[in-house]
Amino acid sequence: MMGRSAMDRTTHTTSDDTFKEELLSLVPYLRAFARSLSGRHEGADDLAQETLVKAWQSRSSYLPGTNLKAWLFTILRNQFYSERRRAWRQEPWDSEKAANLHSYSESQTAAADLSDIARALQALPSEQREALILVGAGGFAYEEAAKIINCAVGTVKSRVARGRRALMAILDGDEPLPMSDRPPEGEAAREILSQLDRLAPHHGGDKRR
Amino acid sequence: MSKDKAPITDKARYARLRREAIGQGLRRLYDGVVHEPVPDEFMDLLKKIDESADPERSPS
Repeated sequence: MMGRSAMDRTTHTTSDDTFKEELLSLVPYLRAFARSLSGRHEGADDLAQETLVKAWQSRSSYLPGTNLKAWLFTILRNQFYSERRRAWRQEPWDSEKAANLHSYSESQTAAADLSDIARALQALPSEQREALILVGAGGFAYEEAAKIINCAVGTVKSRVARGRRALMAILDGDEPLPMSDRPPEGEAAREILSQLDRLAPHHGGDKRR
Repeated sequence: MSKDKAPITDKARYARLRREAIGQGLRRLYDGVVHEPVPDEFMDLLKKIDESADPERSPS
């Protein structure tokens, strides 16, 4: 996907300015996506800022006229998962920190059940959570969400449906409301395995020698 | 049969209301962040990015 080519480099300062303005106008959405995806208050803004830097660096690959918000969300999502994989390998789980993860702002916790929803959202498997955030909260069409997640439209639909049901079950007390957003073991294992799969050709070769 | 029908309908209606309320809550969570004022760091970052990315950019 080539957008503006490197040859435009000397002439595109005005379009750079426009691009920057567009980035700035979408910052509120990046922050919202970052915070609902991660369930964190502090780290979320870092994630949104890293996304801006990444977006700026790869601005030549953005196709003008296409959905910039979706493009940015794709970058943020990739950033989030690659960082989380790194964190899982490095950091021991801190349960005290986990209890403080959901520090949504005052105005939001004013309605008590919003913090419950926030907590329940973090208890969902991440693929259901992200689908629900994009479609249920962010207002993306299934097709757009599918592009951001890089999966089939039908997959998004079923993840949203399952996510809604799971959220209801948690909030209605069918399941205990977890205090942490630690992903279920199965999910963590799957993420790590898929990471290993990608590394396997190199590592496998090294070990055998 | 008709005796069972009413509670089922109530249950279905409750489930629908509940689903709507949770959906609304999700949107409010998200919109709550969207409507927060953007911290200055973001503006600063975009300014800095501009300078560092275009060092040769000539002042007009």
